Amino acid sequence: MSAGAALPRRLPPLAGLAALAAVPLVGLGNYHLHLAITILIWGFVYTAWSIMGRFGMVSLGHGAFLGIGAYVTAMLWNAFGLAPWIGIPIALALAVLMAFVIGYPCFRFRIVGHYFALVTLALGEVVRLTIVALRDHTGGSLGMTVEGVAGGTSLLALQFGDRGAFFYLALAVWLGGLWVWRLVDRSMLRYALEAASEDEDAAASIGVDVTRAKLAITMLSAAMTALGGALYAQYQLYINPETVSGIGISLQIVFAVIAGGLYVQAGPTVGAVITLLLAETLRVAVGHDVHGLDGTIYGLLLVLFIIYMPQGVSGFALALWRGLRDGGARRADAGAAAR
Amino acid sequence: MMLEVANLTRRFGGFTAVSRVSFALEEGEILGLIGPNGSGKSTTFNMIAGMLRPTEGSIRFAGEEIGGLKPVEICHRGIGRTFQIPRPFRRLGILENVVTAAYFGQRERVSRARAQAQAEEALALVGLPADPRAEVAGLGAAGLKKLELARALATQPRLLLADESLGGLDESEMDQAADMLGRIRRDKGITIIWVEHIMGVLMRVVDRVIVLDHGEKIAEGTPRAVAEDPKVIEIYLGAERVAFAGDRPA
Ligand SMILES: Nc1ncnc2c1ncn2[C@@H]1O[C@H](COP(=O)(O)OP(=O)(O)O)[C@@H](O)[C@H]1O
Ligand SMILES: [Mg+2]
Repeated sequence: MSAGAALPRRLPPLAGLAALAAVPLVGLGNYHLHLAITILIWGFVYTAWSIMGRFGMVSLGHGAFLGIGAYVTAMLWNAFGLAPWIGIPIALALAVLMAFVIGYPCFRFRIVGHYFALVTLALGEVVRLTIVALRDHTGGSLGMTVEGVAGGTSLLALQFGDRGAFFYLALAVWLGGLWVWRLVDRSMLRYALEAASEDEDAAASIGVDVTRAKLAITMLSAAMTALGGALYAQYQLYINPETVSGIGISLQIVFAVIAGGLYVQAGPTVGAVITLLLAETLRVAVGHDVHGLDGTIYGLLLVLFIIYMPQGVSGFALALWRGLRDGGARRADAGAAAR
Repeated sequence: MMLEVANLTRRFGGFTAVSRVSFALEEGEILGLIGPNGSGKSTTFNMIAGMLRPTEGSIRFAGEEIGGLKPVEICHRGIGRTFQIPRPFRRLGILENVVTAAYFGQRERVSRARAQAQAEEALALVGLPADPRAEVAGLGAAGLKKLELARALATQPRLLLADESLGGLDESEMDQAADMLGRIRRDKGITIIWVEHIMGVLMRVVDRVIVLDHGEKIAEGTPRAVAEDPKVIEIYLGAERVAFAGDRPA
């Protein structure tokens, strides 16, 4: 009975997954495959942000973790020939350490809301400025190229000359992100954080260690974000401080998640689609050179979303669908009653 | 002794909210803590519950000093508390509020299934349905007080601190709530300190009463003895008549 009931419910996601897995096989061409990979990577990064953002812990500095993930992995490879299989865990550990060092005092002394956002805002910039300052090792603001392997493909170096292969890597990581989102959603940690986000004293009075719960989710989010940064570096084989750290990318993450939907599993990925469409439209419409225009437009849209659609596109769509379904059911009931 | 408070003092700047208050509590007792508004009842509670650090004095629970410990630690040691103004988690459902308390509120780790069972039991004890879909928004004043109590009970306390649990309730709701505290003590063997600024219903249920005024303990004894104490009558005469045995201020 339960298996019979579960199957139809599982059918749409399974069909969706099958369709996704087939994407590289249908001959989309490099450009569209590139867009798909970009959506998966950023969808993962945005999901990473949202697992803590949904509890009112709005970080404006996730570029810091992204930058650590990208740069540490790339630098270890370029300088010491350390494969990403070792470089990525090191980068993740550093991101987690940074999350702890920043998070602990914030949570211990109850820096929440706007103040927390401000502290994290500085964090993203500190990492960007550090990358620029270490120009001898990082290439500074010119960025750095991840040294490619001969032939373009090496599993050891986590480099794939073939976009199709990279697509599957990105797909696996993105699915992993959704899985973590769901795990958190069903965990008691979510209860603790929902409680703490509303009333820290009341949460503490029933035994919730608020500092610990917040640290746990922040460190998880930082690790995932750093993984996203490393993946981005491995894909582009070129990184620069503007695209993987600093205020710009940090705010783009926030914009994307709020636009896509903060409280829905697919929301951050929808946000990745929206930001990509926006960026591509802008690129075609006004060319690449209008510096700062995309940031301005993101900012403006962010304000509009917060005012008119705070639950994001997917949250809005979900509410709409539920409204239609329940409204339909009510109309059917009313019809039955009238008869 | 379950709880021994000695010379407990709390100052806010130059103002002394609680001044050298001492009392003790036997296991299984219900103690009433009364006094006019601003007399220091909540401050006393907050010091026992770890939300305020005592300026001076000691608090011993089950033989150990607990003054100055953090609220989480106090909760894990077996002291549950309610807030004077209910502070539910509105983003969680009613059952989820109480499950959270059962899951995190005990020193030894419990499984989710066990937390769920304990939450259902706590809800049954206060007379709220354990419907997983019921939301906090559907509760009135009396329901919120019950949720507050259920959440505290779910942490499996040995000592329950109930802060002005009856303000804002009508007469029959007050009687029900008083009976409920009596039942919690009888059935679960939980020791209770009940803070109330209305004397009436409280006098019916408690074993002993202490009276605070301007942060000082001015009387202690059986409900009847305290109600006849001239000092108590005097402080209560200003605002409202001494009321007990069904007689309530308007
Ligand atoms: N955090 C605080 N800072 C300054 N004064 C406080 C604080 N908390 C309570 N007080 C004062 O201490 C006195 C006792 O308050 P309280 O314990 O809440 O009284 P009760 O619960 O008996 O009504 C009041 O005069 C109150 O204004
Ligand atoms: Mg009070």
